[in-house]
Amino acid sequence: MIWNETKECMSRDQMTALQSARLVKLVDYMYHNVEFYRKKMQAVGLMPGDIKSIEDITMLPFTTKDDLRDNYPFGLFAVPNSEIVRIHASSGTTGKATVVGYTRKDLDIWAECVARCMTMAGVTKNDIIQVAYGYGLFTGGLGAHDGAQKIGATVVPMSTGNSKKLTTMMVDFGATAIACTPSYLLHISEVLTEEGLLDKIKLKSAICGAEPWTEKMHREIEAKLNVKAFDIYGLSEIMGPGVACDCEFHKGLHVCEDHFYPEVLNSATLTPVADGQTGELAFTTLTKEGIPLIRYRTKDLTSLDRTPCECGRTSARISRFKGRVDDMLIIRGVNVFPSQIEAALVEVEEVTPHYMMIVDRVNNLDTLEVQVEIDQKYYTDEIRVIEALTKKIAHVIQQALGISAKVKIVEPQSLVRSQGKAVHVIDNRKLY
Amino acid sequence: MFAKQLTVFIENRSGRLSEVLNVLKENNVNILSLSLADTTEFGLLRLIVDNAALGKEKLSENGFSSLLSDVSIIKIPHKVGSLQELLKAIDNNGVNIEYMYGLSIESDEAYVVLKASDIKKADSILDSCGIHTISCEELAKI
Repeated sequence: MIWNETKECMSRDQMTALQSARLVKLVDYMYHNVEFYRKKMQAVGLMPGDIKSIEDITMLPFTTKDDLRDNYPFGLFAVPNSEIVRIHASSGTTGKATVVGYTRKDLDIWAECVARCMTMAGVTKNDIIQVAYGYGLFTGGLGAHDGAQKIGATVVPMSTGNSKKLTTMMVDFGATAIACTPSYLLHISEVLTEEGLLDKIKLKSAICGAEPWTEKMHREIEAKLNVKAFDIYGLSEIMGPGVACDCEFHKGLHVCEDHFYPEVLNSATLTPVADGQTGELAFTTLTKEGIPLIRYRTKDLTSLDRTPCECGRTSARISRFKGRVDDMLIIRGVNVFPSQIEAALVEVEEVTPHYMMIVDRVNNLDTLEVQVEIDQKYYTDEIRVIEALTKKIAHVIQQALGISAKVKIVEPQSLVRSQGKAVHVIDNRKLY
Repeated sequence: MFAKQLTVFIENRSGRLSEVLNVLKENNVNILSLSLADTTEFGLLRLIVDNAALGKEKLSENGFSSLLSDVSIIKIPHKVGSLQELLKAIDNNGVNIEYMYGLSIESDEAYVVLKASDIKKADSILDSCGIHTISCEELAKI
């Protein structure tokens, strides 16, 4: 089924015309409502009237996560707070979060996009869906919730953290769909196996996202749970989950192109590459009111396919992700930058600024170990001093990242010192 | 009187303990006693040696960081209850024992290494109990 055939199956010409009209309006809107963009455009001698169609988008300057940080918290909002009805936030590269605001219309469009994605995944009003993304500042929970509700499905807002309750309700309620991270779903499949509940579930669709996953994980989820699994993509800066999703043919993720204009850029020159070529994905939010962004660089590596899909949709598809341009990690669905650890450790004077992050996946759950060295001034002959310090650092990291980490104190001088670009991360998960 | 204890932080990896001991052996530093406090991730190797400063220097040259700290080494009669009697005196004065281990046992006397929460106060308590504490110089002669 297709949720919005008019928009999802437009001819390429119609789509280009719609995108052009929306971009012209957006640029004018931003020029007059966001000082940051006005100055940015003035700096390169651009006036709103210079942008006449979607092809002119390459004349416009890019937006990055740093721009959001520099304008923290509300500097890039295009409307007064009286129009903002919701705030979400994700990890920033350092101490400050990346904050986004939504108007009522933004929330409606977000729900519309998620409804399209969930329909792609086979969810209808007859389904009972457990939303097991975190509810809160993270966009996953509430985003998936609003979309499923728009379809008219019965939404069970599980959030995260209680696998036992989730599996019990999955069986008792006869849940037919679930939305969560793919690694968490694999973990759930293990819990179901242990409890002997695997043959008692009625699950048919799994909408998984918020972290990259491999083809192998996709097959494993489908085989273990006897479900159809779908990949949903999004980022809070653009909207949240629902920016793109794959259909039953799994030939790339359909972008809600009438709302989010995708570009794939050559990493060195930042000029658009030909369809099919790999580069950095950038989005322009064509209809957003709260915090519209022009050419926002996602740092995700992918390629574009604008040919119509076998499912009948004509929307552009992005390929399965091939990696990241930066060093961002996604651990248990949470974006983590090594620089956040660095900033957090500076607060702990007992340790040196050197650190190593070791990311792994044990029983389908991501683990993070942070190795640190005690500063010479704080060497001790007492175990309890070291144990108290370990707890303190774990707390500081938990506060900074929003996820727990195992802290390991290692021998002095054993961590690699910066020689040029130091390696701070060992990721044993092999996600791309 | 305090003696110097050499403490080395070592990760729980096979061979690390032996490497530390090898550095001491190569430099002719004699170990009089040791205690290894271990956790799942790391251990603290506490050593009483004949020349703690030399030990620290050589360990450092070989990539091991260590700490010199003051501990009390006491000589008590080698008979039932003598250690308990002494600890009672320390306890009664509100001082905690952080850790303790044996050094060596002679026919009628035993040496015990102890680290108190307040080492200065512990030292005066020991003095008032008429307990002899060993100095670094004496240690070097053992």
